[in-house]
Amino acid sequence: MKKLLILSTALTGLAATAQADITVLSWGGAYEKSQVEAYNKPFTAETGIAINMTAADNPATPIKAQVEAGNVTVDVADVEYADAIRLCDEGLLEEIDPAILPAAPDGTPATEDFLPGALTDCAVASIVFSTVFAYDASKFPDAPPATIADFFDTEKFPGKRGMRKGAKVNLEMALMADGVPADEVYAMLETDEGIDRAFAKLDTIKNDVVWWEAGAQPPQLLADGEVAMTTAYNGRIFAAAVAESKPFEVVWDGQVYEYDLFVIPKGAPNLDEALEYVKFATDTQRLADQAKWISYGPARKSSGPLVGLYEDGKTEMAPHMPTSAENLTNALPSSYEFWVDRDSELNERFNAWLAG
Amino acid sequence: MADITADIAPGPTAGSSDPAAGRLTTADGQPLARALARAQARSRRRALLLVAPLLLFVLITFVVPIGQMLYRSVHNDAFARNMPNLAIWFADHPAGTEPDEAAFAALAADLQKARADKTAGEVGTRINYEISGTRSLFTSSARNADDLQPPYRESVLALDEDWGDPRLWQVMRGASTAYTASFYLAALDLTRDETGAIARVEENRRVYVRLFVKTLALSALITGICLMLGFPVAHLLAVLPLARSNLLMILVLLPFWTSLLVRTTSWMVLLQEQGVINNMLVAGGVIDDGSRIRMMYNQAGTIIAMVHILLPFMILPLYSVMRPINPSYVRAARSLGATSWTAFRRVYLPQTLPGIGAGSLLVFILAVGYYITPALVGGASGQLISNLIAYHMQDSLNWSMAAALAAILLAIVLMLYWLYDRLIGIDNMKLG
Repeated sequence: MKKLLILSTALTGLAATAQADITVLSWGGAYEKSQVEAYNKPFTAETGIAINMTAADNPATPIKAQVEAGNVTVDVADVEYADAIRLCDEGLLEEIDPAILPAAPDGTPATEDFLPGALTDCAVASIVFSTVFAYDASKFPDAPPATIADFFDTEKFPGKRGMRKGAKVNLEMALMADGVPADEVYAMLETDEGIDRAFAKLDTIKNDVVWWEAGAQPPQLLADGEVAMTTAYNGRIFAAAVAESKPFEVVWDGQVYEYDLFVIPKGAPNLDEALEYVKFATDTQRLADQAKWISYGPARKSSGPLVGLYEDGKTEMAPHMPTSAENLTNALPSSYEFWVDRDSELNERFNAWLAG
Repeated sequence: MADITADIAPGPTAGSSDPAAGRLTTADGQPLARALARAQARSRRRALLLVAPLLLFVLITFVVPIGQMLYRSVHNDAFARNMPNLAIWFADHPAGTEPDEAAFAALAADLQKARADKTAGEVGTRINYEISGTRSLFTSSARNADDLQPPYRESVLALDEDWGDPRLWQVMRGASTAYTASFYLAALDLTRDETGAIARVEENRRVYVRLFVKTLALSALITGICLMLGFPVAHLLAVLPLARSNLLMILVLLPFWTSLLVRTTSWMVLLQEQGVINNMLVAGGVIDDGSRIRMMYNQAGTIIAMVHILLPFMILPLYSVMRPINPSYVRAARSLGATSWTAFRRVYLPQTLPGIGAGSLLVFILAVGYYITPALVGGASGQLISNLIAYHMQDSLNWSMAAALAAILLAIVLMLYWLYDRLIGIDNMKLG
């Protein structure tokens, strides 16, 4: 008994001297895998800090609850732009000084190396992801859909559609499908007529839509044959198409792209380790490495040239990136200013529309 | 009790000279009433001690959180706490006062404070709940608040002319006290206009009342279907010999013991358009491949899955009431000339009423608060009010709104419970 006591005391002492493990909250699925491979494994190998990866439909959601309840279990979370701004404004996040971020290999400081808007008071962007629409090629063998307007055309392209349940992105796509140029979309949505027009366009396919919530759902819906086309995060479709050889095709026309950012909840249990992780994960090489696992664009300029082949060693990643030139011909950068402001009103209206 | 009564000595014979003559006393001369009260108090204390852990548990995990949640529905001090000067100005000036220079000076001071404390986002979020688009008004104005100088009215309006909007001032006045009814108004699709009068919101934003009605109607429908399906099953269970009814009982209980998520996802496998049922219908030639039936991601999916999940809650109370019903009553009725229908309606059915009441109430109340199943199989048309409560908890993070919706739902359920008690009587309920 005494021996056991000594042993356990010694073990506890040992555990206390080692660095704490950290918990990272992300989006699950193929995206999580890319983070584990590109960030977590090398991080643990270098620092000895183990990483506990957890997933949520939207990682911003649990943060408010955790911080307000004073029971924060997450050290680092991966969130969307509007959520990062909103949570930061409400004082729920630790501030991250951009000066601590590592410079690019050629010495360019981080503040200039990151793409415009990729650094905010509380958040550091890691990737550019895009909401695109994808279709099952076997359903449209002759004339596949090519533009965002085709997504809303159920006569020419029959079949169910999958869309994310929420106003964001859907309204933008509806307007672009209705012929509004990408750079006028948000100006149009500021007006009541613009919103009416977007909802009127959504009305045309309302009865054919299957709504999804988690990012892993749309490839599943396509694979099950539940829908013929669906909006989705481009990396998920890429993962299903290349890694699992599904006959899925991405249509880049009308894509809506934005950043995903790392944030640290206020009161994170292991703040120092969390900062280490963010610094490590957003350096030039790590961001370039992530593209090896999923087709999301790195948020650093210096990472771009380092992006190579997919993990299978033969698929060139560049054409699958939301940020590559040929994919940007009719693309819309998501406006966080717009959504931080209009989120509640438009989602309320969206919910009313959905229930009606 | 036994030891007390054993010690009782009959008063008159024990001591006729005793001052307490005529009153019952215990053997050691104490008045019986007091001794009894003391003994009972002791056993009550012991009983209380035994239930204390449970009481404490219920208090900490149930009453306090629900109380806090309900408190949130009327209390939101994000504005009052962070904009103290303006709150004072509102307190000093009655509703309808045009904002004067002093008001704008207070606003400017508060914006500067908000900038220093980084609370502009919090304040803006609070006002944005009621006027969309004002969040950035607060954050961007606070960012430039240090440039503000007298005369403040011109200075603030130069920053952004939206500050002159009378509706904005109306909403700020409402938010300047920590206690507010505005979340309840919003939960009933109501709002206050510029003059402070209560008005309905625009047609295309009305959603909550409609969803409350839909939730209640769907729950009633589900309860009805459960009763229709559960009654014969419970009856069969009650009249079969025990060995066979136990076997059947396991068939009822097995799904009951299975995880809710597992059962819901199994329904998804069955009901989807490429699912088992549709595939069988197509293979059997009942329908052709192009016209597969849509049984999921709509109201039908919600009803089917919820009926299945809630059915045991109807069958079990019914069964427990039916089991002890003596079959000779129905036989007696038949022998006295009643038709089988009359015997059922006038003799058997009334005896099962406590079970029907209990099962229906149980199923209805569970259905009203159902959330996971409609979220998974309900699609757009199968959503219930609980899904919107979850939305405000998780996505919009407007917890006051979620609390107000939940409080209304709670009130409706309590009202139905009261109504049930008045009509049928809660004592008549038998849960099993």
